[in-house]
Order: sequence, then structure tokens, then C-alpha cells
Amino acid sequence: MDFPDELKYTEEHEWVLIENDVVTVGITDFAQDQLGDVVFVELPETGDQLETGKPLGVVESVKAVSDVYAPLSGEVVEVNNDLPDEPEMLNTSPYEDGWMVKIKLADVGELEGLMDASGYQEFIEQD
Amino acid sequence: MSRTDSRGLVLDEKLLFESTDPGRVGYSLPQCDVPEVAPAAELTRDEITDFPELSEVDVVRHYTRLSTWNYGVDSGFYPLGSCTMKYNPKVNEQAARLPGFAELHPQTPDHLSQGALELMYVLQQDLAEVSGFPAVTLQPAAGAQGEFAGMLMIRAWHEAQGNKRHKVIIPDTAHGTNPATAALCGYEVVPVASDGVLSKEALEAVMDDDVAALMVTNPNTLGLFESDIREICDLVHEGGGLVYCDGANLNALMGISRPGDIGIDVMHFNLHKTFSTPHGGGGPGAGPVGVVEKLRPFMPVPIVSKEGDKFVLDYDLKQTVGRVKGFAGHFSILVRAYCYILAMGGEGLKRATEMAVLNANYIRARLEGPYDLPYKQRSLHEVVFSETALANDCHTLDVAKRLIDYGYHPPTIYFPLVVKGALMIEPTETESKQNLDEFCDALLDIAQEAKTQPELLKQAPVRAKVKRLDEATAARKPKLRWVKE
Repeated sequence: MDFPDELKYTEEHEWVLIENDVVTVGITDFAQDQLGDVVFVELPETGDQLETGKPLGVVESVKAVSDVYAPLSGEVVEVNNDLPDEPEMLNTSPYEDGWMVKIKLADVGELEGLMDASGYQEFIEQD
Repeated sequence: MSRTDSRGLVLDEKLLFESTDPGRVGYSLPQCDVPEVAPAAELTRDEITDFPELSEVDVVRHYTRLSTWNYGVDSGFYPLGSCTMKYNPKVNEQAARLPGFAELHPQTPDHLSQGALELMYVLQQDLAEVSGFPAVTLQPAAGAQGEFAGMLMIRAWHEAQGNKRHKVIIPDTAHGTNPATAALCGYEVVPVASDGVLSKEALEAVMDDDVAALMVTNPNTLGLFESDIREICDLVHEGGGLVYCDGANLNALMGISRPGDIGIDVMHFNLHKTFSTPHGGGGPGAGPVGVVEKLRPFMPVPIVSKEGDKFVLDYDLKQTVGRVKGFAGHFSILVRAYCYILAMGGEGLKRATEMAVLNANYIRARLEGPYDLPYKQRSLHEVVFSETALANDCHTLDVAKRLIDYGYHPPTIYFPLVVKGALMIEPTETESKQNLDEFCDALLDIAQEAKTQPELLKQAPVRAKVKRLDEATAARKPKLRWVKE
């Protein structure tokens, strides 16, 4: 399983790519593997305000329906509109084609709560 | 006898659209003896092309052949966890078809429908007796609507206290419909993790004065009795909240323990689970709701009351949440449940519960080991295994598909989410020891196959009418309409 070093991670199995005060968010390779074949994705709309820990969208696989939680607070500035039509991208390319939303951060200080790749790997091994 | 020895005559069947023969008709209408009138344009629609043209016998044979593909509780064991697929006694059907019930018009005045109203009144009382709640409404159409009605009453009660509150706590072992119900009633859902059962400490950590209710399923979706339920109810009540119990698993408590005595404030019943009325295609469900005395004024109207020696539809509840279902709810289902209760009697209902719990624990004892049991607490009416003991990267889905080859409807899989690859088996009291043994033998054979011939599991089902379906593509790119090639 792949956990790129340039990303940060959450306990809810999301990844975060930080570019100044805008972050790109998706679900990790581990998350897609646990979910199995993803068949449906629901995303927020551009302009929506997100709050850390509250649901930002829904991912449905052949096994289960799961909320995806906002890793950070802020405003949605871009949404991957291709994803709802091709939800399998979450399985085939979780870190690239399968990105979900871009968030303009409300508080850059929140980034400190995220794990790095090795920390996340340790976390899923314990879990 | 193993079911794998048998091969049925499974008829193949084309779609009606593919069987069409232009010009063929089902009925010959008499010649028109009134002037023809063209309907107004807004009443017509574009012609449906390739609409099937068939005779009566074509259509009857088509649907009869399709019906042979059905699998139901009348064809075999149906161990779907959390669904209580018990056998539906045929005497219930006989009672529901009595002309006085079956042909009663829903708008018949009270004084001409005394028998039906009396049946509903007594059923309200019987469910009250089983559950320990003083007041029961029979109106909701099924479990989810019962939850909705129950949570509406909780919301109305809080609003009447002048304190709306915004949160509902739901443990991770509650039924999947509970969060949807809370959200639909305008509440924020606060999930709480449990370790098999909900602890007082875990609840304390999330309880505050904005919590309207706890929604708990007891026994929970792991088939475990919420052993701290009394203290948990006290804690919620001390915080000013109410406790909703999802009664879908009442088949583990009936005649033994009454939720109303434990401290629960509201609970729905699934008559199509616990009280042997049909599921799904066999007929609609029914989801009556029992409440404590202080919630009585908020019940949906009408309820059935007794005035002197007459039974009446009573609309006189000042703070009612309103009507949630037309007429008398699913009346014919109520007749079936009433018939079941009368046929069983109090001792019989208790015995059913005991046998349901015994059957689940028998399956647990026979399968534990080859199948991993993640939660070791005493099981009630269902048992949940994980997939972690399966060899050669075989998964729960493979076991479920392979069970079809052995002639069984698979159990509930991948729920609850707190178990990795959950395999959730609820046998109900209906099954004989012989049936349970044959089923357990099949599952033990499958666990062995996973070790020695895993490809049998990966390819399964091989004996079914259709082989392993590509469920992911079917969900991603559904074909919802037939198109002529």
C-alpha cells in the first residue's frame, strides 16, 4: 500500500496535500482498500463551508456507505466533478484522479494536528 | 440429505419485450357502440415503441416462471441477521382473508366496524403488555416509519417543554436506519463507540444538555444485550433526554424482558419480524410504536379507544404529531399479528424467544473456531462472525456466494461495520435442530474449502441460475431500461 511522503493524513483515513492556504483532500489507499469497489460518491458544492470533523461527503461501496469527514475547516473552492461519474477512480487512483475537494483553510494552525506518512502507517498498523 | 444433491428445473425466461408478437392481444373488446372521441392532447403521451403485445396465457406463464426463481421463508432457511425471517404461519393468512376484515371499506363508520376496531384495540393492549409501555399506536407502515413517528414524538415533547435540543446520540452498534431517522427529524447525530455493548462512561463523555435522545438498539446489532441499559437510561434521563429503543430485535426479549420496565421511553415494534407477518414482497410491514405515559398526548391520531362498550377512532390528543399513515395503517398486517399472538399465547411467545436465542447460540457453538467470533459476550438471538479466520484470502462475500451453491439464502454480510467482514446469522425459533445442523455443516464445509480449494469460493455461485455477478459495475453503470438491439 502506498502513502506518499508529501501528504498529511488523518485518523479518519483522509489525505491532505498542502499548498499554502489551500489543501486538496481525498481518501487514502488504505481507506479505498477497506471500502472495496466504490460505486457512488457525493461531494459538497463550491462555496460550502466545512467544519473539522463534520461530514463533507459520502462514499458508497458494494459493502457499505461511509461519511467522509472534513479534515480541516474552511471553504470549498473546487470540487472534483468527474468523480461522481467515475467513482472507481477512488479505487484506481486515490491520490491523483480520485481527489475530492480543495479547501481554503480558515485556520492554518489546524494543520499541526495531522499525521505524516510514517505516523499514519503506524496508526493503521495499531488499529 | 444435502441440498447440493438436488438440481431443480430452473426455467429460462425472456423479457416480455423480447417475446412480443405484433398484433397479438390479451382480450378481444366488443365493437365500440358509442361515438369515438379523441382524448385531449395533454392526456396523451408519446407512443411507447416496441410495447410488448401478448396474450393472457403468455403473460401468466411469464410471471409464473419468474415466480419459480423466488427464494423465501416458504422455500428454505433464510438466516438474514437483524431481519428475523421467521416462518409466517398460514393461519394468519386465513384470518386476514376473512371477508369481514378483507372486504371492510376503510371509511366504514365506527359503529359498523366494531370488530375491526376491537381487534386493533386488543392488539394495542397486547403490544403494551409485551413491551411494558402504557400507550401504543398501530399506525406507522413499517420499522423506519415507526422510528420516524417515535422521534417526532420525542421532538414534540422537548418543544412542549420549551427546550428544543439539537443532538441525538447513536452507538455504533445501532441499526443503520437510526441515524437517518434522527437526521430526518432535524437532529445532529452524535456517534459513540462501544466495545460490544455501550458503557456508561462512553455515554457520559458525549452527554450534555443539548442531547434530545439516545437511540439504542437492544439487543444491539451484534446480538448482545446492552447490559448497562438501566444505568444508561438513568444517565440520559438525568441529563433531561429521552431514550429511543429500536425494537427490531424484540424477538430476543419478548416474554422475558420489557423495554418499558427498563427505562426506555419509546420503542417501535416490527410486526413483520417479531410477530410473524410477511416481509417485503409478501406484503407491507407494520411498525407500531409504544411510549411512556408522558408521551401519550403526542401520539399520532387516531388511536383506538374504548368508550363504554364501544370502540372508537380517537382523534382527541391535544399535542399529537399528526397522522403518519392513511386510514388504519396496514390493517390486514395487524390482523396477522393479532392472530399470531392469540395462537401463541403468552407462554408461547416466551418459548419462541427462548428457542430463538437457543438456536443462535447453537450455531455459535458449532461454528466458533473455523469462523472467528470477535465479541465473546453471551449472544442473544443472532451471532456475528468476522472473516479473519478464513484461509487463502477468502472473504465474507465469497462465503455468502458459496452458501448459495449449498442451497441457502446467505446471511446478512458486512453489517455491522464494527466487525471486519461481518457475517451476521439470525436463525429464529422457526428452525429445527436438523435444519440448523445442515446449515452449520455447509458453513463448516465452506471454511474447509477455503483451505483446500479456495477457487470454489472465489468462483461461487456455480450452481445458481446466474454466476458471480459484477455488482460494482451494476451499481456504477446501471442499465435501468431495456433497449432493443
